[in-house]
Amino acid sequence: MCVAIPGRVIKVNDDATAVVDFDGNTVTAMSGLTTVRPDDYVLVHAGCIIQVMNKKEALELKDLFSELEDM
Amino acid sequence: MDADIRTFLKEYDGPDVNIMEVCGSHTAAIAREGIRSMVSDKIHLIAGPGCPVCVTASAYIDRLIELSYIDDTTVVTFGDMIRIPGSRGSLRDAAGRGAHMAMVYSPLDMIEMAAESPEREFVFAAVGFETTAPAYALLLEQLMAKKMTNVRLLTAVKLMTPVIDWLCRKGPRIDGFIAPGHVSVITGSDAFVPAAEKFSLPFAVAGFEGEDILSAIYWLLKSKGKGRVVNLYPEAVKPEGNVIAREKLEKFFEAGNAAWRGMGTIDGSGLYLREEFSGFDAGSRGLDRDSKYNEACMCGKILAGRAEPADCPLFKGGKCTPQDPQGACMVSFEGNCYQSYINGEQR
Repeated sequence: MCVAIPGRVIKVNDDATAVVDFDGNTVTAMSGLTTVRPDDYVLVHAGCIIQVMNKKEALELKDLFSELEDM
Repeated sequence: MDADIRTFLKEYDGPDVNIMEVCGSHTAAIAREGIRSMVSDKIHLIAGPGCPVCVTASAYIDRLIELSYIDDTTVVTFGDMIRIPGSRGSLRDAAGRGAHMAMVYSPLDMIEMAAESPEREFVFAAVGFETTAPAYALLLEQLMAKKMTNVRLLTAVKLMTPVIDWLCRKGPRIDGFIAPGHVSVITGSDAFVPAAEKFSLPFAVAGFEGEDILSAIYWLLKSKGKGRVVNLYPEAVKPEGNVIAREKLEKFFEAGNAAWRGMGTIDGSGLYLREEFSGFDAGSRGLDRDSKYNEACMCGKILAGRAEPADCPLFKGGKCTPQDPQGACMVSFEGNCYQSYINGEQR
């Protein structure tokens, strides 16, 4: 139950919930921990959206590891 | 991933290194991706107490079962919980003897259930780490908004940083931690800085793909002996975590001592409802000591990283299986014993 699954928000409801699509399966999840918008990619855990995924933050591992080699 | 990194990990021939993961999803991913076969025999990957179902104390299960036998009470749980053995069997065993219980995917489902049956009392088995606890805060907000008084929580919420401190003092020698990815979404990667500095250990917050884990292992090897934290999962984890979630946890909960299955009571390692919300509590405060369970079961040592599943007589004797689990670590998909069993891993 430690699992969190990424999905896409397809609808934001008025009651602090949002409908999230997981490859065709849709689930209504609690959204009170984040500000979500349609098309956001989110992590859902135990029926609750715990974070909006930020793809722009993808790491440049090569750069990070180059720094390690320099230390 | 850079082929040189894979080669480095496979051909590493330096001093033996112990790396612990403390997230059930990492335990499952390491087994699923065959990570152990991709690194040198001198790199030892140790599963720690990162599966929330596995660490749930026997005394807690006993209390859930007691509550489930009350005529007008229904115990509501996530699926895995019903098979965890207490000192006198599991909730599933109790169901066959007239216990009242229901399983849900989300706390939201329980609100509907409780609204439809206002004459009944519903007790939610609120287990988990920092990842899950904010969902309980949202549940409480909804209960208060709807003025519902027939739902209470039996909490067994655990905190990751106190148990990491305990492991560094009382566990096996650890040279670095793969920090729990989903817990870190809530706590932030900065939560591990105090332990990193205190014990001069590196922590790598990591995602759940094979390359994420290999990258974390590589970074930890290169950082051995250095008290620092790296966030290799920035698409989901921020240094400060989820601030709204942390504020809600602070509003509803406070830290207290908590019992971990087979590991004893660890100071300040649990979350309990604050006094002003005690009307929603189903007796959680009295459960900070464990009760006995199967004496042959080695869950405690396995959770603390002091034994492997194959060391357990119940595991190697074939008496503990996913179909008939004798200990909590064989119940959950994220449990070390379950993963070792289904993957037939030789360590």
